[in-house]
Formats: sequence, structure tokens, C-alpha cells
Amino acid sequence: MGEVASVDVTAFPAFPFIGSDDDPFIPVRDYDLKHLDESTGRIRLPFGGWAWLITKHEDVRQLLRHPGFSSDQYRPGFPVLNPIPPTREGASGLFIFMDGDAHSRFRRMLTAEFMIKNIRRIEPLIEETVNEALGRMREIGPPADLMNEFALPVPSMTICHLLGVPYSDHDFFQHHSRAIMDRNSGPAEVGAAMEALNGLLGDLITHKRTHPGEDLLSRLVTERVIPGELKEEELLSMAMLLLVAGHETTANMIGMSALALLEHPEHLDALREDPGLAPNLVEELLRYCTVVRTGLPRLALEDAVIGGREIKAGESVVAMLSMANRDESVFHDPEFFDPRRNEAHRHMAFGFGLHQCIGQPLARAELRIALVQLAKQFPGLRSETTLADVPKRHEAVTFGLGELPVTW
Amino acid sequence: MHITVDRDLCCGSGNCVETVPDVFDQDSRDGMVLLRISQPPEHLREAVERAAQLCPVGAIEISHRNSTD
Repeated sequence: MGEVASVDVTAFPAFPFIGSDDDPFIPVRDYDLKHLDESTGRIRLPFGGWAWLITKHEDVRQLLRHPGFSSDQYRPGFPVLNPIPPTREGASGLFIFMDGDAHSRFRRMLTAEFMIKNIRRIEPLIEETVNEALGRMREIGPPADLMNEFALPVPSMTICHLLGVPYSDHDFFQHHSRAIMDRNSGPAEVGAAMEALNGLLGDLITHKRTHPGEDLLSRLVTERVIPGELKEEELLSMAMLLLVAGHETTANMIGMSALALLEHPEHLDALREDPGLAPNLVEELLRYCTVVRTGLPRLALEDAVIGGREIKAGESVVAMLSMANRDESVFHDPEFFDPRRNEAHRHMAFGFGLHQCIGQPLARAELRIALVQLAKQFPGLRSETTLADVPKRHEAVTFGLGELPVTW
Repeated sequence: MHITVDRDLCCGSGNCVETVPDVFDQDSRDGMVLLRISQPPEHLREAVERAAQLCPVGAIEISHRNSTD
């Protein structure tokens, strides 16, 4: 490790990169790309040290499938990019930070819940949620903030349905899950909102012990917690993970997707005419927007070769999804938004390897339904902002828009 | 074309089911991959290859021997 520590990191570009302020669809500025080339692909990490930045599609695939790299952010030397709970005890169900059996123990309790056939069953509920949000947006405007009236409430309400949060608590749930996302919230407000949701979900888990319903939390309480296979605090931690992972990412994707379509109204018109275009459009939007812009950090546990480069045990790597999704060896004319491109499905916006997003069928369904209904119900929708002016959340864990003013 | 899947490796992403629902399914109990047919007809080859490529953990193996081997 002494050798690793002696590297002079000052020459490496600072990471995470800040995307272009002129255009939210440019994930990495030319300035950073140029610096990266000069320093042979190494970056300076925000909390000290350095990492290899893996940017090619094939290399990212190889890295994220490789069993010799850890996702455990509590390991000494891990390239932490975003704040995490200070102790491992505070992350007892956060299986995104786990390796091996510990990870698969949790993941396997949830995989069936997110299967395509189960998501199909809740699609009518998603559609209802989408229609309600669009109805309210119509009452309020024009103009309206599409982030606030549409992109944020749809995933938040969907998670409510999924977890089995009772209707009487929906407003409370939505208010606090919004505060977590609000760009005006400081750390104290985010902390208070997390605390409030933790309290609500904790009470809900206790309630489901005696009053189980037809929802994810009830099933996990009945099938795992009561038999003693899962601790209550682990379930609570898992539920918080599902809330944060399912809310912020999807909300940002809905907002960015709406903006992309408003910038290319011919595709919005085409979608209105033919909703069958939605699946491939959603794949292209996932590729083109890639909201997880900081990439995925990993720690090498053994010596490995990725993309011909030797990576030694103890060294850090970051899989740069947004750049892999614009790799011209896979995506023809990658900077071009093309909802009809054949290879769109090869994007890695959901990551790759055994940590690949468990909620992807849900995310796809939400995006598809949200965009089809938006196109249908608001044929005259226009953006009231420009790519340069629209507020961008560069510092957020997942990239997105601060607001999206629209009219119709 | 003959397909095998590694259920221990599978992480239940569902990409294969999304790509070729005629060939792949997920177990209702644990969400892990199930094969509907292990020797799919030739016209599904491209789709099956796409599913294997999209599998995040490489749990789908296609052997290219023909059925008379």
C-alpha cells in the first residue's frame, strides 16, 4: 500500500467531474476529457487518493463482471465518492455496499418482487399515479414545474404502493421524500427528512406484523422477519434503500427524458402517434441521459487486467457509465439522440455485474407509462427554459434538473 | 443451439426475460432464471445471443453444436 500512497495525485483531474453547465446532456466536459488523456486515465478522488477511470464499454463490462473487485465501501482504501452512513451498523441492509454471500442474501429476498411479471401487475397502479399527477399539473398551470408536479411525485407514489404505505400517510411520505431531493435542502433538512421516513417505515413494519397486506413490506415481514431470517432493522435499512434508490434516480430520468423530448418535439409527436415506440425510446433515453454520472466505484482485492491495463490489489477503479454509454465502438454517432437506434439496449445506465439495478423493470415501466401519457395528454407541451438556463443538480448523487418550467 | 444457465451466478436482473420471453423465465419463488426451452429454434438465435450479451453476470451459455451432435 506504501507504493499506492506515494503517487502524486495533483496532476490528475479532480473527480467527480462537473458536467457542462451549457447543456445537461453533456456528461463530461472536453476540458476533463483532455486532462484524462494526459494523465493516462487516473483521477483524483474527492476524499483523498486516486483511482483508475474505466471509460470504454467493453472495459466497464469486464470490470463490473470481475469477481476480484469489491463494492464494500467500508473496506479501508475504498474509493468513496458520495457520503455513506458513518458505520457499517447504520447500513445493515444496504446490500449495494456488500460483497459475496452477504450481498446475495439480501438481493435474493427482493429479486422475485421486481420480476417483470410482478411489475406488469402493478402497471395499472403506475398509470393511475401518472394520470393523477398529470391531472394536478393541469389544474395548477400553465405554466408549471414539471419536476415538482410530475417527475418527483410519480416515483414517490409508486414506491408508496409497492411498500404498502397506507393512503393516509402518502402526503407525509411524499413531503419528506421530496425534501431529500430538494436542491434547496441543506444536510440538516435531508437528515431530518430521512429520520422522519425512517420513523414512518419503522412503525409500518411493526404494524405489518399483525396486519399484513398485499405489499412488499408485509411479505418480507411475514416470510423473513417473523421466521427469524431477517432482522427488523435490516428490513428498515433495505426499505430506506429502495426508497432512495427508486425515487431519486427515476425522478431525474423522467425530468431529463421530458426535456430531451421537448428539445426534439418530432420524437414526442411520434410517441403520441405510436406508443409502441416507447420501449426503444426509453432505452435510448437511459443511454443518453445516464443519471448516475459519478460512475460506480470498486476496490481491487486481487491483481487484475482490465482493458489491457494492470490493476493491482488495493487500487481503486471507477466504472464511468456515462462514458461507456457514449463509446463509439458500440454506439454509432454516440452524441446524437436517436430513439430508433438498434443498439440502444446495450447501454449500462443500470450498471452491470451482480449489483445491476434490481428495480430496472420498475424503472422502465414508470418511464414508459409516464412519457406515453405525457405525450398523449399534453400535445402542446413546450419547455419554458433553455439547455443553458435549466437548473442542473451537478452535486447530487444522481444527476438531474432542479426544475423544468413548462407550458402548454 | 443449446442453452445452459447458471442459477447460482444469476442475479435476477430479468434482462433475458425482457429480451426473449419465449426462452427465459424467472422463478416465482426467488426471481432466478428458468429455461422454458433449452434448444430454441434457430430463428431465435440472434435474440438468445443478445440475452447472453446483456446478462450482467454472464450466466447464460450458448453451445453452438447442432442437435445431432
